[in-house]
Amino acid sequence: MDFDLTEEQRLLQDSVARLLGDKYGFEQRKAYMKTPDGWSREIWAQYAELGLLGLPFAEDEGGFGGGPVETLLVAEQLGRAITLEPWLSTVVIGGGFLRNGASAALRSKLVPQVAAGELLLAFAQAERQSRYDLFDVQTTAKKDGDGWVITGRKGYVVHGDSADTLIVTARTAGGARDRKGVGVFLVDAKGPGVQRRGYRTVDGQRAAEVEFSGARATAVLGNPEDGLPLVDQVVDETIAALAGEAVGAMQVAHDMTIDYMKTRQQFGRPIASFQALQHRAADMLVALEQARSMSYYAAISAEERNPAERRKAMAAVKVQIGRSQRFVGQQSIQLHGGIAMTIEYACGHYFKRLTVNDAMFGDADHYVRFLADTGGLVAA
Amino acid sequence: MDLRFTDAEIAFRQEVRDFIAKELPAETRARMVAGRSPTKAQVVEWQQKLNSRGWAAPEWPKEAGGPGWTLAQRYIFREELQQAPAPSPLGFNINMCGPVIIEFGTEEQKKKFLPRMLNLDDWWCQGFSEPGAGSDLAGLKTRAVKEGDHWVVNGQKTWTTLAQHADWIFLLVRTDPAAKKQEGISFLLCDMKTPGITVRPIITIEGGHEVNEVFFDDVKVPLENLVGQENRGWDCAKFLLGNERFGQARVGASRERIRRLKLIAQESMDGGEPLMNDPDFRRKVTEIEVELKALEMTVMRVIATETKRKDKKPDPATSVLKIKGTEIQQMCSELLMKAAGPYAWVDGDPDEEEGSNDVDVAPDWAFGLAGVYFNWRKQSIYGGSNEIQRNIMAKAFLGL
Repeated sequence: MDFDLTEEQRLLQDSVARLLGDKYGFEQRKAYMKTPDGWSREIWAQYAELGLLGLPFAEDEGGFGGGPVETLLVAEQLGRAITLEPWLSTVVIGGGFLRNGASAALRSKLVPQVAAGELLLAFAQAERQSRYDLFDVQTTAKKDGDGWVITGRKGYVVHGDSADTLIVTARTAGGARDRKGVGVFLVDAKGPGVQRRGYRTVDGQRAAEVEFSGARATAVLGNPEDGLPLVDQVVDETIAALAGEAVGAMQVAHDMTIDYMKTRQQFGRPIASFQALQHRAADMLVALEQARSMSYYAAISAEERNPAERRKAMAAVKVQIGRSQRFVGQQSIQLHGGIAMTIEYACGHYFKRLTVNDAMFGDADHYVRFLADTGGLVAA
Repeated sequence: MDLRFTDAEIAFRQEVRDFIAKELPAETRARMVAGRSPTKAQVVEWQQKLNSRGWAAPEWPKEAGGPGWTLAQRYIFREELQQAPAPSPLGFNINMCGPVIIEFGTEEQKKKFLPRMLNLDDWWCQGFSEPGAGSDLAGLKTRAVKEGDHWVVNGQKTWTTLAQHADWIFLLVRTDPAAKKQEGISFLLCDMKTPGITVRPIITIEGGHEVNEVFFDDVKVPLENLVGQENRGWDCAKFLLGNERFGQARVGASRERIRRLKLIAQESMDGGEPLMNDPDFRRKVTEIEVELKALEMTVMRVIATETKRKDKKPDPATSVLKIKGTEIQQMCSELLMKAAGPYAWVDGDPDEEEGSNDVDVAPDWAFGLAGVYFNWRKQSIYGGSNEIQRNIMAKAFLGL
């Protein structure tokens, strides 16, 4: 048992922290948000240079050879700056699908492009009716010659507006909520039969509504008749990264709150001197540390070989991180008071991202239900 | 970062588990499964079995009679005892007074007291709190005055847990009333048979006799029973309380309670089917399981950092242990009571040798669960109340 980082891990963490320290102040972030992409291509190029875009891929395939711990560390740093770039979509989710579902030939073609920052990916999964159920897929994939043709509508495709290639879940067989019969396909985002409407989300990120009308898939990932285990695996890896991101964002919201409490004067003294507020701040720290502990559990569990156990572990991660980030987010606003209600002040932006982070791929309530219905963590 | 136990640690866990399976008396285990405290005789018997195996004091160094274990081994050992469930080594001897004597005591004190502590030949109790000194412990007033070759002690201690079993008491007393609060306190060891000591039971809300008032009326304590320096007893107290915090997570104990809870929720019927089929109930259990998993990881973090730390400053995560550990245990006790339904309310005394209510009406699994729930409200009060923990966090870790 050892929580220390290796020299390489520390270097990785420091280099991301340094880059974001220089280039990702709150005002700089606002400027990136105002560009047409809604994020910075210049920063993206620097991510590529640092190896962040090839992070999870094997070294002999052009990657950095990082595992869940490296992903966690980077995600935490990106969370500290509430960055806007499509790292989660392209590297964690997209990378996860390439590593776990793509043929060696396809990987050798796409991984170098991702690592160089030339290929942006986005995951077209959610549908109007699906909410958080990954198997609830009505978009269809029909066999056409030796390929597949996709028809249907996907919503909340994070970074779908700037993506080059979309990773699409589509039904090849079975009824709308069957676990079997879901396939995973690559579709050229700018190709025929794909219509995208981009929009900004409340956390300052970008997403798209995507309509597929007979769009031709460029590749199949995994088994087209039974792709759900692949989707589960990638989403679980993503949950681990989201946990890291949440811890980073919570840490900053918490620190910001503590600093403010020490400087804000009321009744002739700093509000930090009031015990009611001190205890709330202590409870925030408890929530944050429990979340941090759970992010480590997420990193271990991402490599769990038994899929059912892995799903349960990640459900527990979602519950704890979700509960913690709701509390830390809400209380960081409360302890600041009115100032944090203003859009010019950073704290609210952290709160908004924490709120969306909780809901991504299912919120805490969703996973409590899932975990309760699958026997929980402690065997009777 | 490698968060797994080593092969050697996994083998050690098995060794502990095998030992418990072979040596733990069935009646002791049954009593603890039911949520009742083991009797004095059961605690002594078990402590002596541990001692003959060399495991009586997991945290003590080898030269003091401990097994010289790593932090990970200590954690595994305690977790296995809690999960079994088996009595833990008696805290007053092994985690409170023993370590203070090892750290601050004379060679004579070590020779005289430590072996008897290990074997529970002497049962110790803690004389810290007073009617006017609870959370504000340094406000204590019990006086000790030097007269000839004795200290003469006068005053009152309270909340003295299991003083009715005790052979010895370790005491904080005021030896210099003129000095600042913390600077006039000394740490004394006192034989409970000394004339002038009166123990009066305090019965807690569930009807149990666990805690006591202890009165000192011109009690003579030999000068050589001072531990550390005169007027420096606060150093001993701080050291002792720092040790206490580490054991308060009790992850294994909560895991055992959740296991028990799930079994009871299968037996207990609700709406014509086992309570465990109720989604709302299941979700409440799940919320606790998740918190417990996070706490378990927090304990691991603390173990890992404390193993390497040289400055002996606690990790911020340490404070989480008391607050979350007790909250989780209290939630378990509440859900256990609720799961048992009306039969949890048959009044009994979980700390008497035999329940004070000997009418055999409740199912075995339900009896006494309300008592445990009421009794466990103490957990967020003792050992530095959870509010005091928050004060500590605000000051030490947040700089507020």
